Amino acid sequence: MYHKAVIYLTALAGAFGRVMLMLNAKPSVKSTLKALLYLTPFLIITGIFAVWPLIHAFLISSYTHYNYYTNQVGAIGWGNFVTLWHDPTFQLACRNTLLLVLIVMPITVLLSLLIALGINHSRHLAGFFRTIYFLPFVTSTVAIGLVWNWLFRLDGGLLNRFLGYFGINAIDWLNDPHYALAALMVVCVWQGLGVNIILFLAGLNHIDQRYAVIATLDGASPWQRFTNVTGPLLLPITVLIVVNTSITNFKVFDQVYALFHGTAGPSNADLTLMYYLYQKFYVENQFTLAAASGVVLFVLVGSLTLLTYGYYRHRRRQLGGR
Amino acid sequence: MMRHYLAVLTRTFFLTLGAVLILLPFAWMFVTSLQPAATTLTIPTTWLPKSLQWLNYWHVWQAAPFARYCLNSLLVTAATTVGQLITSILAAFAFTYLQFYGRRTLFGLLIALMLVPGELLLIPNFVTLAQFHWVDTYAALIVPWLASVFMVVALHQAFRAQPATLYIAAHLDGASDWQYLWHVLVPTTRPIITAVALLQVIASWNAFMWPLIVTNSDKLRTLPIGLITFTTAEGANYPLLMAATVCVILPLLILYLGLQKYLVMGISTTHLKG
Repeated sequence: MYHKAVIYLTALAGAFGRVMLMLNAKPSVKSTLKALLYLTPFLIITGIFAVWPLIHAFLISSYTHYNYYTNQVGAIGWGNFVTLWHDPTFQLACRNTLLLVLIVMPITVLLSLLIALGINHSRHLAGFFRTIYFLPFVTSTVAIGLVWNWLFRLDGGLLNRFLGYFGINAIDWLNDPHYALAALMVVCVWQGLGVNIILFLAGLNHIDQRYAVIATLDGASPWQRFTNVTGPLLLPITVLIVVNTSITNFKVFDQVYALFHGTAGPSNADLTLMYYLYQKFYVENQFTLAAASGVVLFVLVGSLTLLTYGYYRHRRRQLGGR
Repeated sequence: MMRHYLAVLTRTFFLTLGAVLILLPFAWMFVTSLQPAATTLTIPTTWLPKSLQWLNYWHVWQAAPFARYCLNSLLVTAATTVGQLITSILAAFAFTYLQFYGRRTLFGLLIALMLVPGELLLIPNFVTLAQFHWVDTYAALIVPWLASVFMVVALHQAFRAQPATLYIAAHLDGASDWQYLWHVLVPTTRPIITAVALLQVIASWNAFMWPLIVTNSDKLRTLPIGLITFTTAEGANYPLLMAATVCVILPLLILYLGLQKYLVMGISTTHLKG
C-alpha cells in the first residue's frame, strides 16, 4: 500500500515536472515538428489563398500587358495606376465612395450611440430592443437590397406612398441620379446600426457604474454626466467603431448590386470602388486595372487601420504614464 | 419624479420608433409575399390583404431550382464552417500550448494579415483557381475559405484565458496534448467556439461577391446568387420576389433568435480585445 502511494506520488511529480517543462521549455526541433503537425492544414490554406494572393495582387497591378489565359506578362510598371488616375469613371467611384463614407459613417455612429444609450438605460425592454436592432446584421445584404428596391419604387413603393400622405410628390429614388446615392446611404445606415449598437453596449457595460453614481451625487446633470464621464470613457470603443464603420462603407458592393438589379445606378450615380473593381474585373475583363483599384482600396483601408493602431498605442502610453 | 417618468416615456418612444423603422422592411417584405402575384404595381399593396396567397411560396419553389440553391448554401456553409473550425482549433492550440521556432514572428504575421481586406485577394485568388481548373466547382466555393486568420486569433485569446492548471491536471491524469485539446479545452471553451462558428455561418450563408464570380452554372448557385438570378427572370413580380427573399432570410433569422446570446458575446469579445 505504502509503496503504491510512493510510486504514484513520484509518477505525479514526474508528470508535473514534465508538464511544467513543456509549458516553459525552449523550442526544440522535436517540439517544432509536433507544432507543425497542428499548424500544417491552416498554413497550407492560408499560404495559397491569403499570403500568395496578397503578393500576387501587387504583382498583377503592376503588369501593363498581361494575358491571363496564357499567364504571360508583357511589361511591368506604374501604367495601371496612371490609367486609373486619369479615368473619369474611377474618379467618380472614388468620389461616390468618399461621399458614402463621410455621410454614412457619422450618421451611423451617432444614431447607434444614441440607441445604445437608450437601451442601456431601459431596464425591462433592453433585450427586446437589442434583438430587433440587430436583425439586419444577420440578414443577407442582397435580400435587404431587394426589399429596399421594392420600398424605394416610384410606383407602389412604400416610401413614396408615405411621402404622399404629407403631400410630397413621389421621388424616383432609384432612377434619378440626384437621389440614387441617398437611397444607397439609407440602406447602409439601416444595416450598419446593429453591430455598432452591440459594440457600444459592450463598451457601456465595461464602464464602472460607480463613476456615474458619484457624478450624480456631485450634482451633475445627465448631459454633464455624459460629456464628462461616460463620453470620455467611451472614446476608445468609439474610435474602433468609427474605423470599423468607415472600412465597411469603403467596401460597399452587395447593396448596390441588389438595389439596382446588377447596375451601378442611373448614370453610375452609385458606382463605388468595389463596384468599379467588379466591373473592370468581371464585366470588362481588365484584370490588371481591377487589381490596381484593389490596391488603391487596400492603401485607403490599411492607412486608416494603421492610424487607429497608432492612436491606441499613443493612448496606452498616456495611460501608462499617469 | 415627474421629470423622471417623462424621460422614460420619451426614451421608450424614440426606441420604439427606431425599432419600427428597422422592422418595417421585414414586415413589408412578408406582407408583399402574400399578395396576389403581379397585381402589386396596379393595385396599391395593402397591409391586410383580403386573401393570403400562401401559394406564392409554392410558386417560387416551382419557378426556380430553389431546393438546389438551398442545398448548395447548406453544403458550402457547413463545409466552410466545420473546416475553419478544425484548422483554426488546431492552429490556435499550437500557438497557445506548443513551443516552436518562430512562434512570435508567425503570430505577428497573422495579426498583420488580418488588416488585409479580403477584397484585395479576389482577383489573384480567381487567377489561382483558374490555374487549378477549379472555376465553377464546389471546390472554388469551399477550399479558399477553409482557414480563417480571424478565427485563429479569436480562439487563441480564448485558449490563453484558460488556467494553466487545467492543462497540468489533464497531463497528470495521463492525457496527451491531443486528448487534452479535444476532451478538455474544446468543451470548456464551447461558448466562444459557438460564437465564432455562428459568425462564420452568417458570413458563408450571405456571401455574395465570391460565389457570383467563381460560379457560372445554375446547379452551383447558392441562395443569394439564385435570388438575384430569380430577380432578373421575374422582373417586377414583387410578391414572388419577396416570397423568395423570405426563404433566403428565414433560416438565419431562426438561428439568430435561438443563439442570439452567443452572437452578441462573440462580437463584443472578439472586437473589444483585439
